[in-house]
Amino acid sequence: MNAPFEGIGASVRRKEDLRFISGGGHYTDDINRPGQLHAYFRRSDRPHAKIVSIDTAGAAACPGVVAVYTAADLAAIGGVPCGWQIHSKDGSPMAEPKHPVLAEGKVRHVGDPIAVVVAGTRQQAKDAAEKLDIVLEDLPSVSSVTDAVAPGAPRVHDDVAGNICYDWHIGDKEGVDAAFAKAAKVVSLDLLNNRLIPNAMEPRAAVGDFDPMSGEYTLYTTSQNPHVIRLLMGAFVLQIPEHKLRVVAPDVGGGFGSKIYHYAEEAMVTWAAGKLKRPVKWTAERSESFMSDAHGRDHASTAQMALDAEGKFLALRVSTLANMGGYLSTFAPAVPTYLYATLLAGVYTTPVIYCEVKAVFTNTVPVDAYRGAGRPEATYLLERLVDTICHDTGLDRVAIRRKNFIAPDAFPYQTPVALQYDSGNYIATLDAAMKAADWAGFPARRAAAKARGKLRGIGMSTYLEACGIAPSKLVGQLGARAGLYEVANVRVHPTGSVTVFTGTHSHGQGHETTFAQLVSDQLGIPVSQIDVVHGDTAKIPFGMGTYGSRSLAVGGSAMVKAMDKIIAKGKKIAAHLMEASVDDIEFKDGKFSVTGTDKSRTLGEIALTAYVPHNYPIETLEPGLDETAFYDPMNFTFPGGCHVCEVEVDQDTGITSVVNFVAVDDVGRVINPMIVEGQVQGGVAQGIGQALLENAAYDAEGQLLSGSFMDYTMPRADDLPNITVGTESTLCTHNPLGAKGCGEVGAIGSPPAVINAVIDALKDFGVRHLDMPASPQKLWAIIQSNRPRMAAE
Amino acid sequence: MYDFAYQKPSSVADAVKALGAEDAKALAGGQTFIPVLKQRLNKPSVVVDLARLGLAGIKVTGEAVVIGAMTTHGAVAASAEIRRAIPALANLASMIGDEAVRHRGTIGGSLANNDPSACYPSAALALGATITTDRRAIKADDFFQGMFTTALEPGEIITSVSFPVPAKAAYMKFKNPASRYAMVGVFVAKGPAGVRVAITGAGQGGVFRHAAFETALSANWSADALAGIATPADGLNSDIHASAEYRAHLIGVMARRAVAAAG
Amino acid sequence: MPQVTLTVNGKSASVEVEARTLLVELLREKLALTGTHVGCDTSQCGACVVDVDGVSVKSCTMLAVQADGAKVTTIEGLAAADGTLHPMQEMFREHHALQCGFCTPGMVMSAIDLVKSHPEGLTEAEIRHGLEGNLCRCTGYHNIVKAIAAAWPLMHGKAMPAAAE
Ligand SMILES: Cc1cc2nc3c(=O)[nH]c(=O)nc-3n(C[C@H](O)[C@H](O)[C@H](O)COP(=O)(O)OP(=O)(O)OC[C@H]3O[C@@H](n4cnc5c(N)ncnc54)[C@H](O)[C@@H]3O)c2cc1C
Ligand code: FES
Ligand code: FES
Repeated sequence: MNAPFEGIGASVRRKEDLRFISGGGHYTDDINRPGQLHAYFRRSDRPHAKIVSIDTAGAAACPGVVAVYTAADLAAIGGVPCGWQIHSKDGSPMAEPKHPVLAEGKVRHVGDPIAVVVAGTRQQAKDAAEKLDIVLEDLPSVSSVTDAVAPGAPRVHDDVAGNICYDWHIGDKEGVDAAFAKAAKVVSLDLLNNRLIPNAMEPRAAVGDFDPMSGEYTLYTTSQNPHVIRLLMGAFVLQIPEHKLRVVAPDVGGGFGSKIYHYAEEAMVTWAAGKLKRPVKWTAERSESFMSDAHGRDHASTAQMALDAEGKFLALRVSTLANMGGYLSTFAPAVPTYLYATLLAGVYTTPVIYCEVKAVFTNTVPVDAYRGAGRPEATYLLERLVDTICHDTGLDRVAIRRKNFIAPDAFPYQTPVALQYDSGNYIATLDAAMKAADWAGFPARRAAAKARGKLRGIGMSTYLEACGIAPSKLVGQLGARAGLYEVANVRVHPTGSVTVFTGTHSHGQGHETTFAQLVSDQLGIPVSQIDVVHGDTAKIPFGMGTYGSRSLAVGGSAMVKAMDKIIAKGKKIAAHLMEASVDDIEFKDGKFSVTGTDKSRTLGEIALTAYVPHNYPIETLEPGLDETAFYDPMNFTFPGGCHVCEVEVDQDTGITSVVNFVAVDDVGRVINPMIVEGQVQGGVAQGIGQALLENAAYDAEGQLLSGSFMDYTMPRADDLPNITVGTESTLCTHNPLGAKGCGEVGAIGSPPAVINAVIDALKDFGVRHLDMPASPQKLWAIIQSNRPRMAAE
Repeated sequence: MYDFAYQKPSSVADAVKALGAEDAKALAGGQTFIPVLKQRLNKPSVVVDLARLGLAGIKVTGEAVVIGAMTTHGAVAASAEIRRAIPALANLASMIGDEAVRHRGTIGGSLANNDPSACYPSAALALGATITTDRRAIKADDFFQGMFTTALEPGEIITSVSFPVPAKAAYMKFKNPASRYAMVGVFVAKGPAGVRVAITGAGQGGVFRHAAFETALSANWSADALAGIATPADGLNSDIHASAEYRAHLIGVMARRAVAAAG
Repeated sequence: MPQVTLTVNGKSASVEVEARTLLVELLREKLALTGTHVGCDTSQCGACVVDVDGVSVKSCTMLAVQADGAKVTTIEGLAAADGTLHPMQEMFREHHALQCGFCTPGMVMSAIDLVKSHPEGLTEAEIRHGLEGNLCRCTGYHNIVKAIAAAWPLMHGKAMPAAAE
């Protein structure tokens, strides 16, 4: 009998799907605890204001209301902590103003929570919240980074001069200056990376629970990393020791970064549950998500490349203003520094690089990592700069990339901005993508489109990213306040089935399947015999969660290490049972056998012996078959690849249609190609969204203009093309799986490919650059203002 | 939303009576009203559900298409009779919202609401429709009175809408990229009342007729006839998705496309 | 408080609710049918789509009292009594048309209505247009479109007419 192949490389259909397609998922808002109360947050509708007074009496008197809290009630608890500390050029630590759970004295963005009402039902809490009498006195506000750093700008935090959180740099300033002085050509580009709103389809939610008998708190929350939330909230905000705080992140409906962070609402419901001795639940309405989930991106940069006469990159100089919003979110300081500036070598051999980054407070929602986090900003800057160089010099877009690629035999490759790449082959992904996209056939398609009155363009991006985060020692030196290893516990049950407990978290990535395949591959048992458990601090030893495309590369590696221990112990048991030397036992396809004989024992038999140790080397070996491993990676992983986008622009309306998209990525070892393809397609959709549709717009007064799906353009099915995905893998050299990560490549590689294509389509209009999103209105204006000049020429 | 009393009368007379109560509001498909209630922008004392008044239905004669107020967008889009008589109307209905919205939203609700970015008002105005209520008949020209404002008196219920069958008509919609409502919608018609062009989505005062286009098309019914005519941006809406100038431009593009589609 | 009597997934239910209660709230909170989700407050995401008297409806944009006397089918009611999945559910799994699963119930309910109401067949463009009211942030829709196309022949018991493909 041939069992279907379920190991590494098989497109196994997902184990988790049955519950999701049947309505049996278990999301946070699906949880209801006996005696549960509901919390409603009253938020600021002003971007910046002094809180003159809050009268809670009217609200407290409303039907069903159990409690009303403001900052005055929270004096004993801490602010929401930041998990990363950056030091400025001059060595001083970043400005780290307090981020109170409820606003203290001032509100700093629309959506800043001022008070919370706890009542019997959600509607009662909301009804009562309207009766809160809150007097605010408007203060001048700033929403854009450029306004915030202008002289005389209003201060978001009274004690942060110039709104500068930090003024940081990396690289070799003198070296870059010297190279620029000698350059044959310098090309400069100013560009914005538009602010995005993550909008995972499941709004954030949290349920706090407290057991007065044991003194134990439980928080159910929409999180990508329950252990991190336990650490941050327990240790810094509420002072609850770990053993008295359980954090559960059940099924989570998408995260994309926005559910990494510890949010005020989580602390609030947990604290209130303790005070009231009843469970307290909060679920965000979508309009609340828009103004309270951490936003992404929002950079303003200037980039300059020095070139020699042949188009070889000599030096890169970058200066960036990064918006932090009104407060520092958990990982915000790391995004425009170690997830961005360190990526500025990209796939190129640029020998010297200098980048300075000012992180800036504004009266906007806090900004933090959103799918890709820093790497999309770096990639966009580089890949737009490369195409702009071609625009200015007439060099060919493909040739210049090939000329500057890090060669396939140059690895390990040390960049001038700290990272050391372990492997990659950028020529291979470029060639494959160009072939799949029929780059060579494009001129004919352009001509055909022209005959139909359409402007057709093609663009590419060759990119690299750093993920699989991250070596603890290294990130510690860079300012992380936590380690970034991962943990796996592999439990072989007495009859040979397996439960794996992982510190990573799946909110769409399909870990229950991929990890089961990994275990199946290593232990030789069918996927149906393996369960993967994640998302509960009471069950899983520890873990850092899922973000930065780390789950397989780091979490999977921990699993491999734990399985190595299982196999090592199994060998000892097998040696005892079969009266052989341990060195003669080999493990293959789920069987321990004595080399050179036909004697063997299945994993199930070994497990049973381990748990029923009647015939067992009990003097030298503990019973049981249950192993835990912590894995700390040696380096980041470096996926990369080439994305090619083809668009058609309707001159009359300015509408851009993506007519073809090809992504060929090097994601290292692929466990489940179907899932990898899905991850890339989802990432590309978000990248096309950023390039063409999405924009979190604030007006000059600090009001969020795109505060609902009525105004914020989410990519819909008819906005997107089919997305062709290919992989051309080189293996990661430093983790046991050779895996690199695939969660973010789609969102990182795609935006510049789209914009490069749009600009190519507008070739005849003399367009050098345009900022995302390339909305119909923007394109129409460009076409409009360039048309007369063309006619005059 | 705020709580309210709910009534579901079975006759128009009873409904009118129920709507006589202070802050009483009619509920049709709820595809506008319920989102408004959820945002707590409206605080009715009584919500009067019009579902049981027998106001749904389509009647097509040689000269007119008469649509009951409670007829859903989906029913209009799917009606073979309407597709034959005024295909532009069925097309317009098929472009409103999404399938689920079209299964509930009604023509009466859309006209009564007179959202400046709604689709139906342009058809009513361009086709010279007559809106019949529990008490009178109102010409479309008199019905729309600025955004979210109509000639309806408090408590007045639309019962049906009658569209004269035109010789030619078409609707072209440039969707707001986010909400998918009309950012600019143009309905062109050549009918018993002459050539009429109605623009929705663009005007600060809601739907309006485009006199310059009407004159040009009356002389020469062709897309080319509109080529040189610029629409002034004054009085047009401006928002993050489209400036008044861009809307003015799109009015021209959509109008030319509509005329071409109308044949 | 008004009393609402309706049939949900073949079972009759009679519940007292505030008039302001939405159908989705009745389903999730009163009947514990949490498969139907809420993803927005502006009637735009489609996570809440259920079938009411044979057509897809956004249950966040319908009052519970409006559903009095109605027959409602939710994602929980699609599979046969013996657990056999609806072909649309099956094709979503087969084609990896879901990741986090949050949009999935509404997506599946909308997709079933779309296929049912197009006996003449569906092109890729028509499927994409038919999903206008359903947002998915995870998949990029590519596999959802594939799954729906694959479910069409299974639901109609014949090959998709060639012209539509
Ligand atoms: C996601 C989404 C997308 C949409 N997209 C579009 C679009 O692209 N184009 C478009 O035109 N519309 C769009 N709509 C709105 C939709 O067409 C609504 O159905 C319509 O505007 C209102 O009709 P209704 O039957 O739902 O009315 P309701 O929401 O029930 O009522 C609307 C208002 O009209 C009053 N009213 C209703 N019926 C009558 C009557 N017979 N007599 C007197 N007063 C009455 C009500 O009291 C209320 O004030 C969209 C809606 C949604 C949710
Ligand atoms: S929850 Fe109903 S449409 Fe979003
Ligand atoms: S699968 Fe996550 S939103 Fe669609």
